[in-house]
Amino acid sequence: MHELSVCQSILSQVETIAQQHQATAVTLIKLKIGPLSGVETPLLVNAWTIASANTIAAEAQFEVEEMPITIHCPSCDRESRAKANRMVCGHCGEWRTQLVSGDEMLLQSIELDKSTERENV
Amino acid sequence: MCDTCGCNITPGNEHLIVNDGKLSKTSSGGEAVEVLQGLLHENDHQAMHNRQHFDQHQLLAINLMSSPGSGKTALLEATIDALGDEVRIGVVEGDLETENDANRIRKKGVPACQISTGSACHLDAHMVHDALHQLTLEDLDILFIENVGNLVCPASFDLGHHRNITLLSVTEGDDKPAKYPVIFRAADLMLLTKTDLLPYLEEFDPTRAEQYLRELSNPAEMISLSAKSGEGLKHWLDWLRHELKHYRRHLATGTTLTPALQPDGVALHQHTHSHNHTHNHDHHHS
Ligand SMILES: Nc1nc2c(ncn2[C@@H]2O[C@H](COP(=O)(O)OP(=O)(O)OP(=O)(O)O)[C@@H](O)[C@H]2O)c(=O)[nH]1
Ligand SMILES: [Mg+2]
Ligand SMILES: [Zn+2]
Ligand SMILES: [Zn+2]
Repeated sequence: MHELSVCQSILSQVETIAQQHQATAVTLIKLKIGPLSGVETPLLVNAWTIASANTIAAEAQFEVEEMPITIHCPSCDRESRAKANRMVCGHCGEWRTQLVSGDEMLLQSIELDKSTERENV
Repeated sequence: MCDTCGCNITPGNEHLIVNDGKLSKTSSGGEAVEVLQGLLHENDHQAMHNRQHFDQHQLLAINLMSSPGSGKTALLEATIDALGDEVRIGVVEGDLETENDANRIRKKGVPACQISTGSACHLDAHMVHDALHQLTLEDLDILFIENVGNLVCPASFDLGHHRNITLLSVTEGDDKPAKYPVIFRAADLMLLTKTDLLPYLEEFDPTRAEQYLRELSNPAEMISLSAKSGEGLKHWLDWLRHELKHYRRHLATGTTLTPALQPDGVALHQHTHSHNHTHNHDHHHS
């Protein structure tokens, strides 16, 4: 269960950016996660609830885009979808393939609220 | 310094990720900020810093990962016995609790630093950094970092090490690489351990274990050994000697080594060189 560590890292990145922009709240956090990153999305979402409580990002919408595993085959020069434990070319069976996408663990973007009358809402 | 380096954008996934404009207004009047950082950005920075420590002291750092009890510490004990006069070894031990493993290593006359992670199921770059300051790095040639016994979490954290080794003991079943693809995919070397037990485990097929590793598209070598009987140990020691030479050649040309794959895919666009290099040296043992 390293997802809590990952969330603490996300939070500290988000807090830094929010401060730089003098935001009063973070409203949206967008991530991209691939299955080969070793991070499980459902665990991450659960851990985020704990990590973000009572922070500037507590109310933020937490949006995870799950990336597919795509590989490129140097033998037949084609791309195919793959599974984490079977990264073999879907066209010719070559196992020496290159990863195109699927190991992402990215904080893509965030959205900030800067209105000062937020407390009155 | 590298806040905008976008370190895990690769030519392959760039078009999926990069949008126009870094700052824009949202429909509700808020502000949208493009970030494009790895989720473990702070860890990755600390790892980079650790790697600089290692390289300043010409110290090859090797991360050992496996499930609990696969024989990591036993392998280190056997390695120290066999190589201790030739190579100056140091060890960082990661466990949830106890000083046991560090004490086993110290009994062999080798400096060891124990990290007790408490509830954390993996080592991170900050913990390793603290440990580095308790060791005299200039007195060492190889630093082994024995990660917490766990086949999931350690794979996601770069420690600044140069090589990843994943151990698979024959009592665990030969399909472990298929069940835990992330950690076996990260291996620069897979060690099949406790082979002295193979006669009792006819269901374990080493060829099949290697086949599962290949299906992760991992060309890493597999070495079979037993820390108990000494079988296969020579092959492993040769691998270490070779990696040490390889590392020093890199330092001499002003470059360093990174694992062929890094947790966030940094390797794909930044270290193609070291990856190819590994391939070229795959068959040095024969
Ligand atoms: N038969 C046999 N047993 C071994 C071998 N290597 C280790 N063992 C035994 O396996 C058990 C675990 O070994 P350790 O070296 O402590 O394993 P580890 O991976 O360091 O364990 P953790 O640090 O707790 O994750 C011990 O009882 C060892 O004696 C081997 O080559 N053959
Ligand atoms: Mg141990
Ligand atoms: Zn193909
Ligand atoms: Zn960076």
